[in-house]
Amino acid sequence: MNIVVLVKQVPDSGSERKLDPADNTVARAGADNVINEMDEYAIEEALVVKEAHGGEVTILTVGPDSAADAIRKALSMGADRAVHVTDEAMHGSCAVQTSAVLAAALQQMDYDLILCGAESTDGQVSVMPALLAERLGIPQLSGARKLTIDDGVAKVERQTDGGFWALEAPLPAIVSTWDTINEPRYPSFKGIMAAKKKPVETKTLADLGIDPSTVGLASATSQVLDFSGRPPKGEGVKVADEGDGADKLVEYLASQKIV
Amino acid sequence: MPVDRELPTEEAQDLIALTRDLADRELAPRAAKYEREERFPREVFRTLGDAGLMGLPFPEEVGGGGQPYAVYLQVLEELAMRWASVALGVSVHTLSCSPIARYGTEAQRRDLLPEMVGGTLLGAYSLSEAHAGSDAAAMKASATATDDGWIARGEKAWVTHGGHADFYTTFLRTPADGPRGISCFHLTPDLPGFGAARPEEKMGLTASTTAALRLDDVPIPRDRLIGEPGRGMAIALGALDSGRLGVSAVAVGLAQSALDLAVRYATEREAFGRPIVQHQGVAFLLADMAAAVESARATYLAAARRKDAGKPYARQASISKLVATDAAMKVTTDAVQVLGGAGYTRDHPAERYMREAKVMQIFEGTNQIQRMVIGRLLAGEAAPAAG
Repeated sequence: MNIVVLVKQVPDSGSERKLDPADNTVARAGADNVINEMDEYAIEEALVVKEAHGGEVTILTVGPDSAADAIRKALSMGADRAVHVTDEAMHGSCAVQTSAVLAAALQQMDYDLILCGAESTDGQVSVMPALLAERLGIPQLSGARKLTIDDGVAKVERQTDGGFWALEAPLPAIVSTWDTINEPRYPSFKGIMAAKKKPVETKTLADLGIDPSTVGLASATSQVLDFSGRPPKGEGVKVADEGDGADKLVEYLASQKIV
Repeated sequence: MPVDRELPTEEAQDLIALTRDLADRELAPRAAKYEREERFPREVFRTLGDAGLMGLPFPEEVGGGGQPYAVYLQVLEELAMRWASVALGVSVHTLSCSPIARYGTEAQRRDLLPEMVGGTLLGAYSLSEAHAGSDAAAMKASATATDDGWIARGEKAWVTHGGHADFYTTFLRTPADGPRGISCFHLTPDLPGFGAARPEEKMGLTASTTAALRLDDVPIPRDRLIGEPGRGMAIALGALDSGRLGVSAVAVGLAQSALDLAVRYATEREAFGRPIVQHQGVAFLLADMAAAVESARATYLAAARRKDAGKPYARQASISKLVATDAAMKVTTDAVQVLGGAGYTRDHPAERYMREAKVMQIFEGTNQIQRMVIGRLLAGEAAPAAG
């Protein structure tokens, strides 16, 4: 079973994140860049599937040179190899353009199963599985909280607010995962050492046969025109307790129609 | 702020980064709760084992990490910064593996060692007895030779991981080897007559279980002997030198945490219109704490580099243990002082750090014993060569 995991490097959602004021794209330089959290669950699930069914886990990343750190983390967790698509011309690409690049890269690879996180913490567009399913002509099983592979069929429990849907599709298929699906392993010290020797293939747009003018900010299908910071928290209401604190609190709650 | 470490290789940097990540997520959030509940974190040691942190100084061919002591000890220190009981456990486990790694037969190294250094099995080290602590050679628990091995009888004391461990590197008197004969054995809790007593109720490190062992006519198979019969004391003392370095690193990690806590508090807490760190009385206290932590770290690293270079390091190990654990006691006590009334409450970890530091001046050879060792080694070096 050949499994490809789509991995994205994003600015750490726990630190302060910024947009670059020059072109309103995500500021990656100087940010604390990490592997997209949800992708770690996809990697873990790929390793679990590999442990049960054999095969090879390949990481596929589109991103700047610094994304090599995210690839190395994925390899140290136990993935076997990686493909890193990197090209200056891709800067500012939208989800539709990125999906064309990913699809072109995937068409050069052997895969039975594609796994990815259900969302990234930077763009949060969450459409990549659907875009790729369309481009590759394969089924998508999105938002999985459970995955089983049985005789060439992928079965998932698709997480919903009220419960789950039971879905299945023949392989090859693309499955996106939520953080309810597993508990990602830590890389081991030996895994970290081994990761340095694992093959990482770097590809450019030319290698994928993609015209650079079809990607990048200039021809993106969506652009950020303007942005503003989150408004600071309001002052709040201070209740001074002069023996009637409880009454004042109730009064306030009633005025807000909370009670 | 993370400690800025001098590390010899990129491999070591990656190892420290892994340790920090794992310790931040698996150790730090559990420490206060487990210590309060006196709960032994067996599962945390499994996580550390899976990550390859339970056998760092042992050779890679037996499943270890192949790391020099100067790196292994800094990993211990990082663990201790988040949870001293767990770091101590890793140090004790490493100590328990070392006799087989160093003196074990080929069969023992092949069959037993990989699961030990891989952390699947948790180790304990049993040398002391109730009346033979500092004077370990006065031990009474014995192993009497039989046709197919030994029969062990007696009671051991102060066994870290007692009742939880999967193997016990145990030192017993073997009368067959002469009046001073002591031998080292690999005991497992499945042996008939082997039992652990109720855990001690301790002042600190309460998530690290300490218990006495009862040996009621325990039959020891012949292949459980480690090293030469009657040579156990030499094995024990050799292992203790490296164990003292482990305790030094744990003490420095604990002290570093106390210092960090005190500095953070002193920059936030205001008195007389400014943060208390800007009052010289407090700043000097913090400065002395930092000096104690950094000099203790330098001392254990200097000893570790001697060991890594194959030089004698017994004196440096004792000096390191003495300096680092005295520093930890002073620094944690002063951290309580910096936090004032808040430091005396259990709302902050300062008082726990102080309780945890105390035993470090006692175990792995009291600091009085360390002074004896240092003095004896100095005297030996100064004496003219015999003959």
